[in-house]
Amino acid sequence: MSHPSLDAPVPAAGIESAALGTAVPATPSHTTSAAVTPVRAAWREFKENRIALGALSVVFLIIALAVAAPWITPQNPYDIGSLSLMDARRPPGYVGSEGYTHWLGTDASGRDLLSAILYGLRISIQMGLMAGLVGLVIGTTLGMVAAYRGGRIETVIMRVVDLQLSFPAILLALVLVALLGQGKTQLIAALVAAQYAYFARTAYGAASAERRKDYVEAALAVPLGGSRIVFRHILPNVTPPLIVVATVQIANSISLEATLSFLGLGLPVTEPSLGMLIANGFQYMMSGRYWISIYPGIALIVLIVAINLVGDQVRDQFNPRLKR
Amino acid sequence: MLGFIIQRLLQAALVMLAMSALVFVGVYAIGNPIDVIISPDATQDVRAQAIARYGLDRPIWEQYFIFLGNLLRGDLGRSFLFGMPVLDLILSRLPATLELALIAVLAATLVGVPLGIYSGYRPESPISKAIMAVSILGFSVPTFWIGLILILTFAVWLGWLPAGSRGPTRELFGIQWSFLTLEGWTYLALPALNLSLFKFAMMVRLARAGTREIMLGDTVKFARATGLSDGSILRRHVLKLISIPIVTVFGLEFGSTLAFAVVTETIFSWPGVGKLIIDAINSLDRPVMVAYLVLVAALFVTINVLVDLVYALLDPRLRPGAKA
Repeated sequence: MSHPSLDAPVPAAGIESAALGTAVPATPSHTTSAAVTPVRAAWREFKENRIALGALSVVFLIIALAVAAPWITPQNPYDIGSLSLMDARRPPGYVGSEGYTHWLGTDASGRDLLSAILYGLRISIQMGLMAGLVGLVIGTTLGMVAAYRGGRIETVIMRVVDLQLSFPAILLALVLVALLGQGKTQLIAALVAAQYAYFARTAYGAASAERRKDYVEAALAVPLGGSRIVFRHILPNVTPPLIVVATVQIANSISLEATLSFLGLGLPVTEPSLGMLIANGFQYMMSGRYWISIYPGIALIVLIVAINLVGDQVRDQFNPRLKR
Repeated sequence: MLGFIIQRLLQAALVMLAMSALVFVGVYAIGNPIDVIISPDATQDVRAQAIARYGLDRPIWEQYFIFLGNLLRGDLGRSFLFGMPVLDLILSRLPATLELALIAVLAATLVGVPLGIYSGYRPESPISKAIMAVSILGFSVPTFWIGLILILTFAVWLGWLPAGSRGPTRELFGIQWSFLTLEGWTYLALPALNLSLFKFAMMVRLARAGTREIMLGDTVKFARATGLSDGSILRRHVLKLISIPIVTVFGLEFGSTLAFAVVTETIFSWPGVGKLIIDAINSLDRPVMVAYLVLVAALFVTINVLVDLVYALLDPRLRPGAKA
């Protein structure tokens, strides 16, 4: 197979990985000392990059805040009874009618923005993780089956995957949401459909290289069953590049979900993610009430950039071409 | 070469046929086709007429052929919202989108490729690190958020540029364009910048990765041995060698720019196809959705074919019959 950036249409996020070589299967790093496990060695290398380490702490901090939101926020932003229109569209630092300070201001219905952001983060992270994981499972299975079985199955699966990769994910998600209607399941289905192809491409590239190695021939000679070879022998060896893609795709899912919600095609109003909070504040921006949109946006971007920085470091670590 | 072109065109026709079947199944078979084609407030007569015209009382395979026939004649139905044939509607909005997308992709390439080559040539210099930081942001930060920040900064706070809509246009070849007047450019600037940032980030990464690899190769060694300066090596050899992936991306990105234009046009109220499709989805104007899907699919297939042909021109090894 020639280099993917030359022969296959590679879309947005794929370009970067293909050009930088993640589609090339990474060999697990060999450790010199037997006492050092690969995981520990990887962690030691990861720690050396301070930016990535900081980004990882930020990711964990945001997840912790989002999980703890019901206990640490001053207000349940979706309990209509606790909202007061007297407090609507107040700037950051305003002391509301309930007697506590709205550090990030309030939105058009008088919600405390800090509380709304933490609740929104919960939904955004949840959607990103679910879409990423389902996409990972479906895409990896398809890619590995294509690489292992070869022949017509390979041609059909990879043709569809390549065709889809040349089609922008956001457009596909947009179309699916339009066709399927709104709701959590529909949105996850749309996100998965838009993203599984990246996993399939990566798993296929890595697995078809593994397929030709001696240990697979040995396992076939035993003979072991197909599914056992695929899942017990090949899968562990294609995991590193998949971890890289998964990191990036979770960030992409969060971003895509926010975009869809911003366009009004995401979750229903009862489950406002960060994208919807930003959209709700958009109309007030022209009159200078920037905080309703800006603060949820900052939360979103800090999360996405932090995940991407972690992903960049993981990718560099797994890329044999950048090894010293 | 002629056989190659014919083969590619046949493949493209097959893909289009498959896409039309998918669109048909998606919109006609999943949803209720009567609701899709006939406006809910139509009278009984209009209803019966339309059912007969689209053959909704016939078996499903026959309906598909009628759909195909209408498609080939360019009859994609009438928009509920605008009451005009959707093909005319979309074609009337297309110039605005094309203008925006072309300016965005051109700007991204003309600025991004030189900067990418520079940062691949001097990866450790502070300027390169700054370029890469901007490109990471361009990749990570969702397009809609960058749009909001641009509006907030340049329209609300500084008041330099208009925040939305297309402004005055001038006619050329019977079509209205913005780029012909200075005032038109003030309306174009922000949306074009918004749309180009992601492409810019991609061009920088692509050019950088390519340059880094080529600078280590024999081409550059020999070119240096002949006494060429680094500047002319970059211009004459490196630029040429990285041009293949860049041409691909340019082609494919021009297509995906249409997808991102959906977001940009919504934020800046730019009256292009992207805004039209969002309005159509929000108002359940299904004929417009169907037509948009078919046209976008056709566009992508065309771009893929063109990119393949340009490849064959640029790289003789990719021509069939000339196996490397």
